[in-house]
Amino acid sequence: MSRDSLTLYGETFDSRFLLGTALYTSPTIMRDALQASRCDIVTLGLRRQNPGDRSGDAFWQYIRASGCKLLPNTAGCKSVKEAVTLAEMSREMFDTPWIKLEVVGDDYNLQPDPFGLVEAADELTKKGFKVLPYCTDDLIVGQRLLDVGCEVLMPWGSPIGTGQGLLNRYNLRTLRERLPNVPMIIDAGLGAPSQAAEAMEMGFDGILLNTAVAKAHEPPLMAEAFADAIDAGRKAYHAGLMERRQTASPSTPTIGQPFWHQS
Amino acid sequence: MINVSLNNEPAELSDKTLLSEALKQWEYGDQKLAVAINGEFVPRSRYGDITLQEGDHLDIVKPVGGG
Repeated sequence: MSRDSLTLYGETFDSRFLLGTALYTSPTIMRDALQASRCDIVTLGLRRQNPGDRSGDAFWQYIRASGCKLLPNTAGCKSVKEAVTLAEMSREMFDTPWIKLEVVGDDYNLQPDPFGLVEAADELTKKGFKVLPYCTDDLIVGQRLLDVGCEVLMPWGSPIGTGQGLLNRYNLRTLRERLPNVPMIIDAGLGAPSQAAEAMEMGFDGILLNTAVAKAHEPPLMAEAFADAIDAGRKAYHAGLMERRQTASPSTPTIGQPFWHQS
Repeated sequence: MINVSLNNEPAELSDKTLLSEALKQWEYGDQKLAVAINGEFVPRSRYGDITLQEGDHLDIVKPVGGG
């Protein structure tokens, strides 16, 4: 197959796997997982830190050494104002206009607030940001995000950190079919490589996850497993899945079947 | 003296302390950071222009792992 790159905001990437950098037991485990994942884009965040605390220095050095494109997030922001301010801080800190926009609407399932998300995306796009919104799988929310200038959508598979996979296949298929030319990355909720492969088989353009790799017993091995599954799912999408059938159909020819006698 | 909040902890500064001076005093040194005052982003280029006021809330953030 010829080169099958992922294009987001005019930039192309060989990998369709975006990996989060939180929850690892050590910075070195994170570094090894990033290498094993073959990812080109990593997500990261900003948090308050007091002057004497240098605990994040090794983390930052490994991130820089990875050579990956940085996709800072606005995780934890519950209002448009908070998300916009944190995005501006991220842009200066990481020297990138790219932002994974999160506006949390509910503490229980960390569900995105669709109204705040659209408003924040509108404001940030006007300020020159390249917004990658973490959104629900609702078609109309997706359309509104595109209307305000987003060029990529990142619908959830299921709530963050749950590992439940693709909870609403109907909505996800609808998104994919109705917005066929919009790059869409399934973001959050995947727990197993098979779930990532399924999303890719459905025609999604990439996978963003964190917990499933970071919380594995061997994060680098799980990162590699996800990378392989994402590649496999993409190839299957291009190859075209067979149609499902209700009844069995023999794969071995029936003509010439031995021991068969006309009764 | 003025009282400000640094990452939600009380801190004291001399009157008319510039943000750039406060960052030195708090020994942030050359660490990679970004600043917001009272919820408003402050670009690095303005650290030397801003005089901190009584009751200011400063958020000083650094990179961390994120999903």
